[in-house]
Amino acid sequence: MSSIPLPLAASLALAAALSTTVAHAAPDTYALPEPTAQFRPAPDAAHAAGFQAAQEACMTCHSADYIAMQPPKKGQAFWDAEVTKMIKVYRAPIAEEQAKAIAAYLGATY
Amino acid sequence: MIDRGKRDFVRMTALGALAALGGVPRARAAGTATLPFGNGERPLVAYPGKRPLLQLTARPPQLETPFSVFDEGAITPNDAFFVRYHLADIPTEIDPQAFRVAVQGHVERPLQLSLAELKAMPGSEIVAVNQCSGNSRGFFEPRVAGGQLANGAMGCARFTGVPLKAVLDKAGVTAGAVQVAFEGLDGPVLPETPDFAKALTLDHARDGAVMLAWAMNGQDLPWLNGFPLRLVVPGYYGTYWVKHLNSITVLDKPFEGFWMKTAYRIPDNACACTEPGKAPDKTVPIARFNVRSFLTNLADGAQVKAGRVPLRGIAFDGGSGIRSVEVSADDGRTWSPARLGQDLGPYAFRTWTAEADLTPGGHALRVRATGNDGGTQPMAPRWNPAGYMRNVVETTHVQAA
Repeated sequence: MSSIPLPLAASLALAAALSTTVAHAAPDTYALPEPTAQFRPAPDAAHAAGFQAAQEACMTCHSADYIAMQPPKKGQAFWDAEVTKMIKVYRAPIAEEQAKAIAAYLGATY
Repeated sequence: MIDRGKRDFVRMTALGALAALGGVPRARAAGTATLPFGNGERPLVAYPGKRPLLQLTARPPQLETPFSVFDEGAITPNDAFFVRYHLADIPTEIDPQAFRVAVQGHVERPLQLSLAELKAMPGSEIVAVNQCSGNSRGFFEPRVAGGQLANGAMGCARFTGVPLKAVLDKAGVTAGAVQVAFEGLDGPVLPETPDFAKALTLDHARDGAVMLAWAMNGQDLPWLNGFPLRLVVPGYYGTYWVKHLNSITVLDKPFEGFWMKTAYRIPDNACACTEPGKAPDKTVPIARFNVRSFLTNLADGAQVKAGRVPLRGIAFDGGSGIRSVEVSADDGRTWSPARLGQDLGPYAFRTWTAEADLTPGGHALRVRATGNDGGTQPMAPRWNPAGYMRNVVETTHVQAA
């Protein structure tokens, strides 16, 4: 808006003119619901670091339900492959040590 | 842009903390559905513009249609249509007046077309099924990684738009062009992640059936189904139906992007299948639907009154159209023909009706469709590592008393 103050009536008239000539000036918006799913807690202290790392790394790009919906008890090789795919294919910036901890946590928990 | 992922993570974490304290409105959860496979519990969540749908994932959103919707008829309502995104940076603000789709690459006249310009062109309409490549993946045995869908990642709608051919002709495809690539407004969180893009051969793109659609069942496209413009590729899996379509690029060599070259590929053989647990030697991009049929008025485990029981359902294929549907009340030993309902075109759901005489006791009802191209459904499920293209003859167990 102009920094020069307009008389109130003129302002209202201008606003009215704008609202009739520019029918759809405002963009359409969509209120996307926020994710609510959480990672399952680590089953033991040995996987606590992996639990922490998974929350930090995985949720950068996707919600935790991506993991929870996978078939149960697929084993360590399944989760190793998933973590590798996230790094190699989707370019997740996860250091090797962190990736190992995440995969071990997922294998032990899901 | 580089900081995007980190920023979103921080935002999300903060919101998560707030939400935990009850400070941020959440999606309305309307209960839970349980799909018949391990880890099949799904919250039913009503997104803006949608009725409660089965939420596979929240970010990016993946929503499955409750199967009972398919008993309502051949057209899937907009508020029940399934949703599938790959990458979480999805548009939440779009100005339809300012929106443009670029037509570029090997063309004589690069274009930036507004919705008004598209709508001023001679239009077209088609009733077509959209089905996710991974529809029914949750039923694969052995189970495979990916979106764990039951049978609800499909839907049939009337699409209104303009043929892609007309748009390409307006731009003037130059000699030597071989493919056309498509991109939408949605993108990855991290710039390093391959952005979602798909391609069709030039001949396919110019077949007159592929269209740019702005309306679905007479309304603007639902936001989560690609508002304000999406590609409609009749008979082809949903992966090609690029949402929020804002870029069309004519190429003089095959598109090499990740989502064509590496992802969405099937074994290069007649059944698109491998021995369970085995990887294929050679793959090709997934393409046209195989033929499927479903019983919709009885769910697995239903109790019915013994005697004459009405059956109804839907069938569809990749565009040859449904020639016949047969039903069996004895697990496939004998078959009788069903009556086909209204023909909404070869790409649409075809409804069917039949009856079965059921004596007291348990029965395995099966339904099998055959396309005009002779394609039919296998009695035993086929398998491939990505969990694509399931089209086994479905079985519904019922108890008559």
